[in-house]
Amino acid sequence: MSLFSPKNKEAFTTPLWKDNPVVIQVLGICSALAVTSQLEPAIVMGLSVTVITAFANVIISLLRKTIPSRIRIVVQLVVVATLVTIVSQVLKAFAYDVSVQLSVYVGLIITNCILMGRLEAFAMMNGPWESFLDGVGSGLGYAWILVVVGFFRELLGAGTLLGFQVIPDCAYEAGYMNNGMMTMPAMALILVGCVIWAHRAISKEK
Amino acid sequence: MLKKLFDSLRPTFTEGKLSAFRSVFDGFETFALVPDTTSKCGVSVHDSIDSKRIMSMVVIALMPALLFGMYNIGYWNAQAAGATDASFLEMFSFGLAVMLPKIIVSYLVGLGIEFIVAQWKHEEIQEGYLVSGMLIPMIVPVGTPLWMLAVAVAFSVIFAKEIFGGTGMNIFNPALVARAFLFFAYPTKMSGDSVWVTKDSFFGLGHQLPDTFTMATPLGQAAAGQPISTDLTSMFTGLMPGSIGETSVIAIMIGAAILLWSGIASWRTMISVFVGGALTAMLFNSVGAADNAVAQLPWYEHLVLGGFCFGAVFMATDPVTSCRTEKGKYIYGFIIGALAIVIRVLNPGYPEGMMLAILFMNMFAPLIDYFFVNSNINRRLARANNK
Repeated sequence: MSLFSPKNKEAFTTPLWKDNPVVIQVLGICSALAVTSQLEPAIVMGLSVTVITAFANVIISLLRKTIPSRIRIVVQLVVVATLVTIVSQVLKAFAYDVSVQLSVYVGLIITNCILMGRLEAFAMMNGPWESFLDGVGSGLGYAWILVVVGFFRELLGAGTLLGFQVIPDCAYEAGYMNNGMMTMPAMALILVGCVIWAHRAISKEK
Repeated sequence: MLKKLFDSLRPTFTEGKLSAFRSVFDGFETFALVPDTTSKCGVSVHDSIDSKRIMSMVVIALMPALLFGMYNIGYWNAQAAGATDASFLEMFSFGLAVMLPKIIVSYLVGLGIEFIVAQWKHEEIQEGYLVSGMLIPMIVPVGTPLWMLAVAVAFSVIFAKEIFGGTGMNIFNPALVARAFLFFAYPTKMSGDSVWVTKDSFFGLGHQLPDTFTMATPLGQAAAGQPISTDLTSMFTGLMPGSIGETSVIAIMIGAAILLWSGIASWRTMISVFVGGALTAMLFNSVGAADNAVAQLPWYEHLVLGGFCFGAVFMATDPVTSCRTEKGKYIYGFIIGALAIVIRVLNPGYPEGMMLAILFMNMFAPLIDYFFVNSNINRRLARANNK
Protein backbone atom coordinates (compact mmCIF):
# COMPACT_ATOMS: atom_id res chain seq x y z
CA MET A 1 0.00 0.00 0.00
CA SER A 2 1.35 3.39 -0.93
CA LEU A 3 2.15 5.95 1.73
CA PHE A 4 -0.52 8.42 0.58
CA SER A 5 -3.32 6.18 -0.58
CA PRO A 6 -6.81 7.71 -0.52
CA LYS A 7 -7.57 5.85 2.70
CA ASN A 8 -4.52 7.26 4.42
CA LYS A 9 -5.31 10.74 3.17
CA GLU A 10 -8.76 10.36 4.58
CA ALA A 11 -7.38 9.35 7.97
CA PHE A 12 -5.49 12.62 7.95
CA THR A 13 -8.13 15.01 6.61
CA THR A 14 -11.37 13.82 8.26
CA PRO A 15 -10.44 15.02 11.75
CA LEU A 16 -9.44 18.38 10.32
CA TRP A 17 -12.94 19.28 9.21
CA LYS A 18 -15.60 16.61 8.75
CA ASP A 19 -15.08 14.80 12.04
CA ASN A 20 -13.30 17.50 13.99
CA PRO A 21 -12.57 16.41 17.58
CA VAL A 22 -13.68 19.72 19.10
CA VAL A 23 -16.59 20.93 17.05
CA ILE A 24 -18.14 17.59 16.04
CA GLN A 25 -17.13 15.15 18.77
CA VAL A 26 -17.03 17.98 21.37
CA LEU A 27 -13.95 16.54 23.10
CA GLY A 28 -11.14 18.40 24.82
CA ILE A 29 -13.36 21.37 25.64
CA CYS A 30 -11.93 22.06 29.10
CA SER A 31 -8.44 22.72 27.85
CA ALA A 32 -9.84 24.64 24.88
CA LEU A 33 -11.46 27.03 27.38
CA ALA A 34 -8.53 27.18 29.76
CA VAL A 35 -5.56 27.98 27.53
CA THR A 36 -7.08 30.19 24.83
CA SER A 37 -7.12 33.56 26.58
CA GLN A 38 -4.04 34.39 24.53
CA LEU A 39 -2.88 33.22 21.14
CA GLU A 40 0.62 32.00 22.03
CA PRO A 41 -0.33 29.41 24.67
CA ALA A 42 -3.13 28.27 22.38
CA ILE A 43 -0.66 27.56 19.56
CA VAL A 44 1.82 25.82 21.87
CA MET A 45 -0.93 23.75 23.43
CA GLY A 46 -2.26 22.73 20.01
CA LEU A 47 1.19 21.69 18.83
CA SER A 48 1.91 19.74 22.04
CA VAL A 49 -1.33 17.81 21.70
CA THR A 50 -0.55 17.14 18.02
CA VAL A 51 2.88 15.73 18.83
CA ILE A 52 1.61 13.62 21.71
CA THR A 53 -1.37 12.24 19.80
CA ALA A 54 0.77 11.34 16.80
CA PHE A 55 3.46 9.48 18.72
CA ALA A 56 1.08 7.85 21.19
CA ASN A 57 -0.87 6.57 18.21
CA VAL A 58 2.29 5.16 16.61
CA ILE A 59 3.50 3.46 19.78
CA ILE A 60 0.14 1.94 20.66
CA SER A 61 -0.31 0.85 17.08
CA LEU A 62 3.05 -0.97 17.18
CA LEU A 63 2.11 -2.65 20.45
CA ARG A 64 -1.50 -3.33 19.55
CA LYS A 65 -1.07 -7.07 18.96
CA THR A 66 0.76 -7.65 22.25
CA ILE A 67 -1.39 -5.55 24.59
CA PRO A 68 -3.82 -7.77 26.52
CA SER A 69 -7.22 -6.21 26.01
CA ARG A 70 -8.04 -6.25 29.73
CA ILE A 71 -5.29 -3.85 30.69
CA ARG A 72 -5.14 -1.83 27.49
CA ILE A 73 -6.29 1.43 29.11
CA VAL A 74 -3.46 1.19 31.65
CA VAL A 75 -0.92 0.60 28.91
CA GLN A 76 -2.29 3.51 26.89
CA LEU A 77 -2.11 5.77 29.92
CA VAL A 78 1.50 4.82 30.60
CA VAL A 79 2.47 5.64 27.01
CA VAL A 80 0.60 8.95 27.04
CA ALA A 81 1.98 9.91 30.44
CA THR A 82 5.53 9.27 29.24
CA LEU A 83 5.03 11.44 26.16
CA VAL A 84 3.37 14.20 28.17
CA THR A 85 6.27 14.25 30.59
CA ILE A 86 8.74 14.53 27.71
CA VAL A 87 6.79 17.38 26.10
CA SER A 88 6.44 19.13 29.43
CA GLN A 89 10.21 18.93 30.04
CA VAL A 90 10.94 20.20 26.53
CA LEU A 91 8.60 23.16 27.07
CA LYS A 92 10.23 23.96 30.38
CA ALA A 93 13.67 23.85 28.77
CA PHE A 94 12.97 25.85 25.62
CA ALA A 95 9.79 27.87 26.19
CA TYR A 96 9.71 28.49 29.90
CA ASP A 97 7.33 31.48 29.86
CA VAL A 98 4.68 29.65 27.90
CA SER A 99 4.99 26.56 30.04
CA VAL A 100 4.38 28.72 33.10
CA GLN A 101 1.30 30.17 31.42
CA LEU A 102 0.02 26.74 30.51
CA SER A 103 0.86 25.53 34.01
CA VAL A 104 -1.14 22.46 34.91
CA TYR A 105 -2.82 22.09 31.52
CA VAL A 106 0.22 20.48 29.91
CA GLY A 107 0.11 17.72 32.49
CA LEU A 108 -3.62 17.42 32.02
CA ILE A 109 -3.13 16.44 28.37
CA ILE A 110 -2.98 12.91 29.83
CA THR A 111 -6.69 13.14 30.52
CA ASN A 112 -7.53 14.76 27.19
CA CYS A 113 -10.39 12.72 25.74
CA ILE A 114 -9.13 13.20 22.19
CA LEU A 115 -6.03 11.15 22.96
CA MET A 116 -7.79 8.24 24.58
CA GLY A 117 -10.47 8.33 21.90
CA ARG A 118 -7.98 8.09 19.04
CA LEU A 119 -5.98 5.36 20.77
CA GLU A 120 -9.05 3.26 21.45
CA ALA A 121 -10.85 3.89 18.19
CA PHE A 122 -8.00 4.01 15.71
CA ALA A 123 -4.55 2.98 16.87
CA MET A 124 -5.75 -0.34 18.34
CA MET A 125 -6.99 -1.39 14.90
CA ASN A 126 -4.64 0.18 12.37
CA GLY A 127 -1.00 0.12 11.35
CA PRO A 128 1.58 2.63 12.61
CA TRP A 129 1.67 4.85 9.51
CA GLU A 130 -2.10 5.26 9.30
CA SER A 131 -2.19 5.85 13.04
CA PHE A 132 0.48 8.51 12.73
CA LEU A 133 -1.50 10.35 10.06
CA ASP A 134 -4.66 10.05 12.12
CA GLY A 135 -2.89 11.38 15.19
CA VAL A 136 -1.44 14.37 13.35
CA GLY A 137 -4.84 15.09 11.81
CA SER A 138 -6.68 14.91 15.10
CA GLY A 139 -4.09 17.06 16.84
CA LEU A 140 -4.20 19.70 14.11
CA GLY A 141 -8.00 19.58 14.09
CA TYR A 142 -7.87 20.41 17.80
CA ALA A 143 -5.13 22.98 17.31
CA TRP A 144 -6.86 25.12 14.69
CA ILE A 145 -9.97 25.52 16.84
CA LEU A 146 -7.75 26.65 19.71
CA VAL A 147 -5.97 29.10 17.45
CA VAL A 148 -9.24 30.59 16.16
CA VAL A 149 -10.64 30.98 19.69
CA GLY A 150 -7.33 32.28 21.01
CA PHE A 151 -7.07 34.77 18.14
CA PHE A 152 -10.42 36.39 18.91
CA ARG A 153 -9.99 36.28 22.66
CA GLU A 154 -6.60 37.95 22.60
CA LEU A 155 -7.59 40.45 19.92
CA LEU A 156 -10.81 41.58 21.61
CA GLY A 157 -9.80 40.94 25.20
CA ALA A 158 -6.37 42.53 25.26
CA GLY A 159 -6.01 44.27 21.89
CA THR A 160 -2.86 42.31 21.15
CA LEU A 161 -1.80 39.31 19.06
CA LEU A 162 1.09 37.13 20.24
CA GLY A 163 1.86 39.91 22.70
CA PHE A 164 2.13 42.69 20.10
CA GLN A 165 -0.36 45.51 20.26
CA VAL A 166 -2.62 45.39 17.22
CA ILE A 167 -5.36 47.85 18.02
CA PRO A 168 -3.85 51.33 17.57
CA ASP A 169 -3.63 53.82 20.42
CA CYS A 170 -5.88 56.26 18.61
CA ALA A 171 -8.74 53.78 18.90
CA TYR A 172 -8.32 53.73 22.68
CA GLU A 173 -8.21 57.50 22.75
CA ALA A 174 -11.45 57.58 20.78
CA GLY A 175 -13.13 55.63 23.57
CA TYR A 176 -12.54 52.01 22.56
CA MET A 177 -12.05 49.60 25.46
CA ASN A 178 -10.88 46.03 25.72
CA ASN A 179 -13.67 43.59 26.37
CA GLY A 180 -12.99 42.13 29.81
CA MET A 181 -15.46 39.34 29.26
CA MET A 182 -13.25 37.90 26.49
CA THR A 183 -10.62 37.00 29.06
CA MET A 184 -13.11 34.92 31.04
CA PRO A 185 -13.63 31.22 30.30
CA ALA A 186 -17.38 31.84 29.91
CA MET A 187 -16.75 33.83 26.75
CA ALA A 188 -14.49 31.06 25.40
CA LEU A 189 -17.43 28.69 25.66
CA ILE A 190 -19.60 31.11 23.69
CA LEU A 191 -16.84 31.48 21.08
CA VAL A 192 -16.47 27.70 20.73
CA GLY A 193 -20.24 27.66 20.29
CA CYS A 194 -19.92 30.22 17.50
CA VAL A 195 -17.24 28.12 15.80
CA ILE A 196 -19.54 25.08 15.98
CA TRP A 197 -22.38 27.21 14.60
CA ALA A 198 -20.27 28.41 11.65
CA HIS A 199 -18.92 24.91 11.04
CA ARG A 200 -22.39 23.39 10.88
CA ALA A 201 -23.71 26.18 8.67
CA ILE A 202 -20.87 25.65 6.18
CA SER A 203 -21.02 21.85 6.30
CA LYS A 204 -24.77 21.84 5.68
CA GLU A 205 -24.44 23.92 2.53
CA LYS A 206 -22.01 21.48 0.97
CA MET B 1 -55.74 56.85 7.20
CA LEU B 2 -52.97 54.57 8.39
CA LYS B 3 -54.96 51.62 7.13
CA LYS B 4 -55.22 53.19 3.67
CA LEU B 5 -51.48 53.71 3.57
CA PHE B 6 -50.82 50.09 4.46
CA ASP B 7 -53.44 48.85 2.01
CA SER B 8 -51.92 50.85 -0.82
CA LEU B 9 -48.44 49.58 0.03
CA ARG B 10 -49.39 45.94 0.45
CA PRO B 11 -49.21 44.82 -3.22
CA THR B 12 -45.68 46.17 -3.54
CA PHE B 13 -44.58 43.91 -0.74
CA THR B 14 -46.65 40.80 -1.35
CA GLU B 15 -46.17 40.55 -5.11
CA GLY B 16 -44.06 43.44 -6.35
CA LYS B 17 -40.34 43.93 -6.41
CA LEU B 18 -40.05 44.49 -2.69
CA SER B 19 -41.48 41.10 -1.80
CA ALA B 20 -38.21 40.18 -0.13
CA PHE B 21 -39.13 42.64 2.61
CA ARG B 22 -42.58 41.22 3.23
CA SER B 23 -41.88 40.42 6.87
CA VAL B 24 -40.73 43.98 7.51
CA PHE B 25 -43.96 45.30 6.04
CA ASP B 26 -45.96 42.79 8.01
CA GLY B 27 -44.23 43.79 11.20
CA PHE B 28 -45.00 47.47 10.77
CA GLU B 29 -48.58 46.84 9.75
CA THR B 30 -49.44 44.68 12.74
CA PHE B 31 -47.64 47.14 14.99
CA ALA B 32 -49.75 50.05 13.83
CA LEU B 33 -53.07 48.25 13.40
CA VAL B 34 -54.62 45.33 15.25
CA PRO B 35 -54.62 42.43 12.78
CA ASP B 36 -58.05 41.00 11.91
CA THR B 37 -56.77 37.50 11.19
CA THR B 38 -56.96 34.68 13.72
CA SER B 39 -54.78 31.63 14.02
CA LYS B 40 -55.71 29.05 11.43
CA CYS B 41 -54.78 25.83 13.12
CA GLY B 42 -55.00 24.37 16.58
CA VAL B 43 -56.83 25.67 19.58
CA SER B 44 -55.71 29.03 20.87
CA VAL B 45 -56.86 30.62 24.08
CA HIS B 46 -57.20 34.27 23.20
CA ASP B 47 -57.40 37.51 24.99
CA SER B 48 -58.65 40.46 23.03
CA ILE B 49 -55.12 41.87 22.80
CA ASP B 50 -52.13 40.34 21.05
CA SER B 51 -48.55 40.46 22.20
CA LYS B 52 -47.78 43.69 20.33
CA ARG B 53 -50.44 45.42 22.42
CA ILE B 54 -48.95 43.95 25.62
CA MET B 55 -45.56 45.23 24.61
CA SER B 56 -46.90 48.71 23.89
CA MET B 57 -48.54 48.73 27.32
CA VAL B 58 -45.25 47.91 29.03
CA VAL B 59 -43.51 50.68 27.10
CA ILE B 60 -46.22 53.10 28.28
CA ALA B 61 -45.68 51.90 31.85
CA LEU B 62 -41.98 52.62 31.46
CA MET B 63 -42.59 56.22 30.40
CA PRO B 64 -42.80 57.85 33.86
CA ALA B 65 -39.50 56.31 34.91
CA LEU B 66 -37.90 57.28 31.60
CA LEU B 67 -39.09 60.90 31.77
CA PHE B 68 -37.94 61.19 35.33
CA GLY B 69 -34.60 59.65 34.36
CA MET B 70 -34.12 62.37 31.74
CA TYR B 71 -34.82 65.06 34.31
CA ASN B 72 -32.46 63.37 36.75
CA ILE B 73 -29.63 63.38 34.18
CA GLY B 74 -30.03 67.12 33.71
CA TYR B 75 -30.41 67.71 37.43
CA TRP B 76 -27.14 66.04 38.36
CA ASN B 77 -25.27 67.66 35.51
CA ALA B 78 -26.46 71.08 36.66
CA GLN B 79 -25.79 70.28 40.32
CA ALA B 80 -22.28 69.09 39.58
CA ALA B 81 -21.54 72.22 37.57
CA GLY B 82 -22.75 74.37 40.44
CA ALA B 83 -25.63 75.79 38.40
CA THR B 84 -28.31 75.36 41.03
CA ASP B 85 -30.59 77.91 39.36
CA ALA B 86 -31.04 75.90 36.14
CA SER B 87 -34.68 75.79 35.07
CA PHE B 88 -36.69 72.59 34.87
CA LEU B 89 -36.91 72.85 31.08
CA GLU B 90 -33.17 73.30 30.73
CA MET B 91 -32.43 70.21 32.81
CA PHE B 92 -35.06 68.11 31.11
CA SER B 93 -34.05 69.00 27.57
CA PHE B 94 -30.44 68.20 28.39
CA GLY B 95 -31.51 64.80 29.70
CA LEU B 96 -33.58 64.28 26.57
CA ALA B 97 -30.59 65.11 24.37
CA VAL B 98 -28.42 62.62 26.28
CA MET B 99 -31.05 59.91 26.36
CA LEU B 100 -32.45 60.00 22.83
CA PRO B 101 -29.30 58.75 21.04
CA LYS B 102 -29.14 55.80 23.46
CA ILE B 103 -32.74 54.80 22.76
CA ILE B 104 -32.27 55.22 19.02
CA VAL B 105 -29.08 53.13 19.00
CA SER B 106 -30.72 50.43 21.08
CA TYR B 107 -33.72 50.16 18.78
CA LEU B 108 -31.73 50.43 15.55
CA VAL B 109 -29.32 47.64 16.46
CA GLY B 110 -31.83 45.36 18.15
CA LEU B 111 -34.64 45.72 15.61
CA GLY B 112 -32.10 45.55 12.79
CA ILE B 113 -30.92 42.14 13.97
CA GLU B 114 -34.50 40.97 14.53
CA PHE B 115 -35.52 42.05 11.01
CA ILE B 116 -32.52 40.34 9.43
CA VAL B 117 -33.19 37.10 11.30
CA ALA B 118 -36.89 37.21 10.43
CA GLN B 119 -36.09 37.70 6.75
CA TRP B 120 -33.51 34.97 6.83
CA LYS B 121 -35.78 32.41 8.47
CA HIS B 122 -38.85 33.58 6.53
CA GLU B 123 -40.75 34.21 9.71
CA GLU B 124 -42.92 37.02 10.91
CA ILE B 125 -41.04 39.72 12.75
CA GLN B 126 -41.27 39.14 16.46
CA GLU B 127 -42.18 42.08 18.58
CA GLY B 128 -40.36 41.21 21.79
CA TYR B 129 -37.66 43.76 21.23
CA LEU B 130 -40.06 46.68 21.67
CA VAL B 131 -39.79 46.37 25.44
CA SER B 132 -36.16 45.24 25.70
CA GLY B 133 -35.11 48.12 23.46
CA MET B 134 -36.62 50.60 25.89
CA LEU B 135 -35.39 48.77 28.99
CA ILE B 136 -31.73 48.49 27.98
CA PRO B 137 -30.94 52.23 27.81
CA MET B 138 -32.78 52.69 31.10
CA ILE B 139 -30.78 50.19 33.15
CA VAL B 140 -27.29 51.39 32.24
CA PRO B 141 -25.38 54.28 33.80
CA VAL B 142 -25.62 57.50 31.88
CA GLY B 143 -21.90 57.39 31.10
CA THR B 144 -22.11 54.25 28.95
CA PRO B 145 -20.77 55.05 25.45
CA LEU B 146 -23.10 54.41 22.53
CA TRP B 147 -20.89 51.82 20.86
CA MET B 148 -20.81 49.73 24.03
CA LEU B 149 -24.58 49.89 24.15
CA ALA B 150 -24.71 48.71 20.53
CA VAL B 151 -22.35 45.79 21.20
CA ALA B 152 -24.31 44.73 24.27
CA VAL B 153 -27.62 44.93 22.44
CA ALA B 154 -26.27 42.83 19.58
CA PHE B 155 -24.87 40.28 22.01
CA SER B 156 -28.07 39.95 23.99
CA VAL B 157 -30.41 39.80 21.00
CA ILE B 158 -28.30 37.13 19.29
CA PHE B 159 -27.17 35.04 22.25
CA ALA B 160 -29.97 35.51 24.75
CA LYS B 161 -32.84 35.46 22.34
CA GLU B 162 -32.40 34.40 18.73
CA ILE B 163 -30.42 31.23 19.39
CA PHE B 164 -33.10 30.10 21.83
CA GLY B 165 -35.74 30.57 19.13
CA GLY B 166 -36.73 34.21 19.43
CA THR B 167 -39.36 36.03 21.44
CA GLY B 168 -41.09 33.88 24.02
CA MET B 169 -38.45 31.15 23.92
CA ASN B 170 -35.67 32.90 25.81
CA ILE B 171 -34.58 31.60 29.21
CA PHE B 172 -32.94 34.82 30.31
CA ASN B 173 -34.29 38.34 30.19
CA PRO B 174 -32.54 39.93 27.16
CA ALA B 175 -32.35 43.39 28.73
CA LEU B 176 -30.60 42.00 31.79
CA VAL B 177 -28.26 39.92 29.64
CA ALA B 178 -27.25 43.12 27.85
CA ARG B 179 -26.53 44.74 31.20
CA ALA B 180 -24.68 41.69 32.49
CA PHE B 181 -22.56 41.67 29.33
CA LEU B 182 -21.60 45.31 29.87
CA PHE B 183 -21.04 44.65 33.55
CA PHE B 184 -18.54 41.85 32.97
CA ALA B 185 -16.98 43.14 29.75
CA TYR B 186 -16.47 46.77 30.68
CA PRO B 187 -16.57 46.87 34.48
CA THR B 188 -15.01 50.34 34.69
CA LYS B 189 -17.87 51.81 32.67
CA MET B 190 -20.64 50.05 34.58
CA SER B 191 -19.84 50.65 38.23
CA GLY B 192 -17.57 52.78 40.33
CA ASP B 193 -18.06 56.47 40.86
CA SER B 194 -17.29 58.20 37.56
CA VAL B 195 -20.11 57.00 35.29
CA TRP B 196 -23.27 58.31 36.93
CA VAL B 197 -23.13 61.95 35.82
CA THR B 198 -22.85 63.18 32.24
CA LYS B 199 -19.67 65.12 31.79
CA ASP B 200 -20.06 66.47 28.27
CA SER B 201 -22.46 69.05 26.98
CA PHE B 202 -24.74 68.02 24.13
CA PHE B 203 -25.80 70.42 21.36
CA GLY B 204 -25.03 73.42 23.54
CA LEU B 205 -27.15 72.07 26.39
CA GLY B 206 -25.85 71.22 29.82
CA HIS B 207 -22.43 71.83 31.27
CA GLN B 208 -18.98 70.51 30.52
CA LEU B 209 -17.44 68.91 33.59
CA PRO B 210 -13.80 67.99 34.23
CA ASP B 211 -12.95 64.36 33.46
CA THR B 212 -11.96 63.69 37.01
CA PHE B 213 -15.37 64.53 38.45
CA THR B 214 -16.80 61.64 40.44
CA MET B 215 -20.13 60.93 42.07
CA ALA B 216 -20.97 57.62 43.72
CA THR B 217 -24.38 56.03 44.02
CA PRO B 218 -25.75 55.64 47.56
CA LEU B 219 -25.19 51.88 47.39
CA GLY B 220 -21.67 52.44 46.10
CA GLN B 221 -21.00 54.73 49.06
CA ALA B 222 -22.38 52.16 51.47
CA ALA B 223 -20.28 49.40 49.94
CA ALA B 224 -17.19 51.55 50.27
CA GLY B 225 -18.01 52.16 53.92
CA GLN B 226 -18.74 55.86 53.48
CA PRO B 227 -21.81 57.60 54.91
CA ILE B 228 -24.67 57.89 52.42
CA SER B 229 -25.19 61.46 51.28
CA THR B 230 -28.77 60.99 50.11
CA ASP B 231 -31.73 61.43 52.46
CA LEU B 232 -34.78 59.19 52.41
CA THR B 233 -36.99 61.69 50.56
CA SER B 234 -34.66 61.95 47.59
CA MET B 235 -34.26 58.18 47.58
CA PHE B 236 -38.02 58.00 47.23
CA THR B 237 -38.49 60.71 44.62
CA GLY B 238 -35.36 59.59 42.81
CA LEU B 239 -33.10 62.63 42.92
CA MET B 240 -29.98 60.51 43.39
CA PRO B 241 -27.30 59.23 41.04
CA GLY B 242 -27.94 55.80 39.56
CA SER B 243 -28.78 53.97 36.35
CA ILE B 244 -31.05 56.13 34.25
CA GLY B 245 -34.47 54.65 34.83
CA GLU B 246 -34.07 53.07 38.23
CA THR B 247 -33.84 56.00 40.63
CA SER B 248 -37.40 57.22 41.15
CA VAL B 249 -39.63 55.00 43.26
CA ILE B 250 -42.65 57.20 42.52
CA ALA B 251 -42.26 56.95 38.75
CA ILE B 252 -41.77 53.21 39.00
CA MET B 253 -44.87 52.90 41.17
CA ILE B 254 -46.94 54.66 38.49
CA GLY B 255 -45.55 52.15 36.00
CA ALA B 256 -46.36 49.29 38.36
CA ALA B 257 -49.92 50.55 38.70
CA ILE B 258 -50.33 50.57 34.91
CA LEU B 259 -48.92 47.04 34.62
CA LEU B 260 -51.11 45.67 37.40
CA TRP B 261 -54.24 47.46 36.18
CA SER B 262 -53.79 46.04 32.68
CA GLY B 263 -53.08 42.60 34.13
CA ILE B 264 -49.74 42.19 32.34
CA ALA B 265 -47.49 41.87 35.36
CA SER B 266 -48.20 39.50 38.21
CA TRP B 267 -48.77 41.10 41.62
CA ARG B 268 -47.67 37.82 43.20
CA THR B 269 -44.15 38.14 41.82
CA MET B 270 -43.92 41.84 42.63
CA ILE B 271 -45.10 41.55 46.23
CA SER B 272 -42.95 38.54 46.98
CA VAL B 273 -39.81 40.25 45.64
CA PHE B 274 -40.39 43.10 48.10
CA VAL B 275 -41.20 40.75 50.96
CA GLY B 276 -38.12 38.64 50.26
CA GLY B 277 -35.90 41.72 50.10
CA ALA B 278 -37.35 43.29 53.25
CA LEU B 279 -37.10 40.12 55.34
CA THR B 280 -33.52 39.44 54.26
CA ALA B 281 -32.52 43.04 54.97
CA MET B 282 -34.07 42.81 58.46
CA LEU B 283 -32.19 39.59 59.05
CA PHE B 284 -28.91 41.28 58.14
CA ASN B 285 -29.84 44.25 60.36
CA SER B 286 -30.15 42.00 63.37
CA VAL B 287 -27.13 39.76 62.80
CA GLY B 288 -24.98 41.86 60.44
CA ALA B 289 -21.35 42.53 61.21
CA ALA B 290 -20.70 45.96 62.65
CA ASP B 291 -18.11 46.82 60.02
CA ASN B 292 -20.36 46.05 57.06
CA ALA B 293 -22.14 49.32 56.23
CA VAL B 294 -24.50 47.70 53.71
CA ALA B 295 -25.75 45.22 56.28
CA GLN B 296 -26.64 48.13 58.57
CA LEU B 297 -28.91 49.78 55.99
CA PRO B 298 -32.51 49.67 57.23
CA TRP B 299 -34.80 47.48 55.13
CA TYR B 300 -36.86 50.33 53.68
CA GLU B 301 -33.71 51.98 52.36
CA HIS B 302 -32.64 48.72 50.74
CA LEU B 303 -35.95 48.59 48.90
CA VAL B 304 -35.85 52.13 47.52
CA LEU B 305 -32.14 52.20 46.65
CA GLY B 306 -30.50 51.03 43.47
CA GLY B 307 -32.36 48.89 40.97
CA PHE B 308 -34.49 47.01 43.46
CA CYS B 309 -37.84 48.61 42.59
CA PHE B 310 -37.14 48.74 38.88
CA GLY B 311 -36.08 45.10 38.82
CA ALA B 312 -39.05 43.99 40.90
CA VAL B 313 -41.60 45.81 38.76
CA PHE B 314 -40.27 45.54 35.21
CA MET B 315 -37.73 42.70 35.18
CA ALA B 316 -38.84 40.02 37.60
CA THR B 317 -42.40 40.12 36.25
CA ASP B 318 -41.39 39.47 32.64
CA PRO B 319 -43.99 36.85 31.66
CA VAL B 320 -41.54 34.93 29.47
CA THR B 321 -38.69 34.37 31.90
CA SER B 322 -40.53 34.18 35.23
CA CYS B 323 -42.49 31.28 36.68
CA ARG B 324 -45.79 30.42 35.03
CA THR B 325 -47.41 28.64 37.97
CA GLU B 326 -49.14 30.92 40.47
CA LYS B 327 -47.55 29.35 43.54
CA GLY B 328 -44.21 29.24 41.78
CA LYS B 329 -44.35 33.02 41.40
CA TYR B 330 -44.27 33.48 45.17
CA ILE B 331 -41.13 31.39 45.54
CA TYR B 332 -39.50 32.87 42.44
CA GLY B 333 -40.10 36.44 43.60
CA PHE B 334 -39.14 35.79 47.20
CA ILE B 335 -35.77 34.30 46.29
CA ILE B 336 -35.03 37.16 43.87
CA GLY B 337 -35.57 39.71 46.61
CA ALA B 338 -33.58 37.73 49.14
CA LEU B 339 -30.69 37.03 46.76
CA ALA B 340 -30.44 40.66 45.67
CA ILE B 341 -29.93 41.76 49.27
CA VAL B 342 -27.54 38.90 49.98
CA ILE B 343 -25.35 39.88 47.03
CA ARG B 344 -25.43 43.54 48.07
CA VAL B 345 -24.41 42.79 51.62
CA LEU B 346 -22.02 39.88 51.30
CA ASN B 347 -20.19 40.65 48.06
CA PRO B 348 -18.04 43.75 48.46
CA GLY B 349 -17.27 43.79 44.72
CA TYR B 350 -20.88 44.18 43.63
CA PRO B 351 -22.75 47.06 45.28
CA GLU B 352 -25.93 46.06 43.43
CA GLY B 353 -27.30 42.52 43.23
CA MET B 354 -30.66 42.84 41.53
CA MET B 355 -29.44 42.02 38.03
CA LEU B 356 -27.59 38.89 39.05
CA ALA B 357 -30.42 37.76 41.33
CA ILE B 358 -33.01 37.97 38.55
CA LEU B 359 -30.77 36.29 35.99
CA PHE B 360 -30.03 33.53 38.48
CA MET B 361 -33.70 32.91 39.18
CA ASN B 362 -34.55 33.05 35.47
CA MET B 363 -32.49 29.91 35.27
CA PHE B 364 -34.48 28.18 38.03
CA ALA B 365 -37.96 29.32 36.97
CA PRO B 366 -38.62 26.24 34.79
CA LEU B 367 -37.49 23.97 37.65
CA ILE B 368 -39.86 25.62 40.14
CA ASP B 369 -42.68 25.32 37.62
CA TYR B 370 -41.86 21.67 37.09
CA PHE B 371 -42.26 20.86 40.79
CA PHE B 372 -45.56 22.70 41.11
CA VAL B 373 -47.02 21.16 37.96
CA ASN B 374 -45.95 17.72 39.15
CA SER B 375 -47.40 18.20 42.60
CA ASN B 376 -50.68 19.32 41.02
CA ILE B 377 -50.70 16.23 38.85
CA ASN B 378 -49.99 13.98 41.84
CA ARG B 379 -52.68 15.60 43.97
CA ARG B 380 -55.30 15.17 41.28
CA LEU B 381 -54.20 11.62 40.61
CA ALA B 382 -54.56 10.82 44.29
CA ARG B 383 -58.01 12.38 44.31
CA ALA B 384 -59.09 10.40 41.26
CA ASN B 385 -57.71 7.15 42.65
CA ASN B 386 -59.46 7.56 45.99
CA LYS B 387 -62.90 7.62 44.43
